[in-house]
Amino acid sequence: MASLKDLRNRIASVKSTQKITKAMKMVAASKLKRAQEAAESARPYAERMDKVMGALGQSVANLPGASPLLVGNGQNRTYLVVVATSERGLCGGFNTNIVRAAKRRIDALLAEGKDVKILCVGRKGRAQLQRFYGTRILDTVDMGGTRYVGFSDAARIAERVRVMFDEGVFDVAVLFYARFQSALTQIATEQQLIPVPLPDADQADGLLDAGGDAIYEYEPNEEAILDDLLPRNVSVQVYRALLENAASEQGARMTAMDAATRNAGDLIDRLTIQYNRTRQAVITKELIEIISGAEAL
Amino acid sequence: MAEQIHFELVSPERLLMDVEAAHVIVPGSEGEFGVLPGHAPFMSTLRPGMISVFEDESQPPKKLFLKGGFVEVNAKGIVVLAEDSIDLDTVDAAQLDQDIKNATEDLELAKDALALQRAEAKLAWMGPLRDIIRQA
Repeated sequence: MASLKDLRNRIASVKSTQKITKAMKMVAASKLKRAQEAAESARPYAERMDKVMGALGQSVANLPGASPLLVGNGQNRTYLVVVATSERGLCGGFNTNIVRAAKRRIDALLAEGKDVKILCVGRKGRAQLQRFYGTRILDTVDMGGTRYVGFSDAARIAERVRVMFDEGVFDVAVLFYARFQSALTQIATEQQLIPVPLPDADQADGLLDAGGDAIYEYEPNEEAILDDLLPRNVSVQVYRALLENAASEQGARMTAMDAATRNAGDLIDRLTIQYNRTRQAVITKELIEIISGAEAL
Repeated sequence: MAEQIHFELVSPERLLMDVEAAHVIVPGSEGEFGVLPGHAPFMSTLRPGMISVFEDESQPPKKLFLKGGFVEVNAKGIVVLAEDSIDLDTVDAAQLDQDIKNATEDLELAKDALALQRAEAKLAWMGPLRDIIRQA
């Protein structure tokens, strides 16, 4: 049986852990709010981009000489898997879920005889993937220095992916991230980056819903506009994924830290009961000793 | 009150401007063009340049430098999708000259396609911005 002093120390240490997890939960909650706001304010641009892409893509996709970013380079031998995870741990199953989804896909691709290359965004995903696919990891984008994801961060990653595509490093790029649903649920999601997937035809309307039948003039022309938009679209997709990821990470951390705080509370309760019982037992024992000592006289 | 056109300037990070304007001058890739209420439906890419928004014809316009982007005009209004915009007042001419010099050096020293593309992208908007500042 643990001594009183041991128990006291144990309780003190669990209490300080609880203080930390509680503080982390608060921090995550406020960061989550900020991340959600960022995701919210990024929406107008992405929505408009989608609409224009939809409208233009439909008419251009079938033309010969359409951009490889849109129709692919005619092959699908080599896949680039971009895995976006967090820089820090202590966020529950967040990173594991993304990595697991990516891993499932990678294994399926490998089983089909495809070649797979991996680009990690964030330190945590790399640590987990390295064990299985050490040599397939091309590089890791370190997001450690960025406190809040900006569009320029996403653009840098997208630029890199595009340059690799132009150099023929891969044929198809997919991106893994966690879609934010609520603080409790984040869904590991796969998104195709290159070739750029076109939004559904039924959304293919003008930016401001000008009533469908408005005939546009294009300057310089539809293909040139699309060629200009496609690289931007890749950046926007990456940006959106990073924002979702940031919100998901904070949500997951908040939930994990909340659970940890509650566990610590339970543990403290149990230890306190044990401490009190032990204390009473010690007192009783001392009394018995004194009484039996007195009786012996 | 004169007729107005709905104008939105959207960056990937947020909605920058959402106003009713009397007149907007946009730096289209094939030349600047003005948009008045009732303009025909129109899509164009942008080159780096100044966008001027006249909320009222009698007032001086609100001016912003755009690094490039995309514009759509239709019956409901005008929407500019711009990656980045710069307020001219915040630009330091000496710093800009230095940046241009650095980017030019980067362009010469670029070892791989990535570095090359980055330097080119920088120069593509820094040059026009310098010209505009010199004119002002």
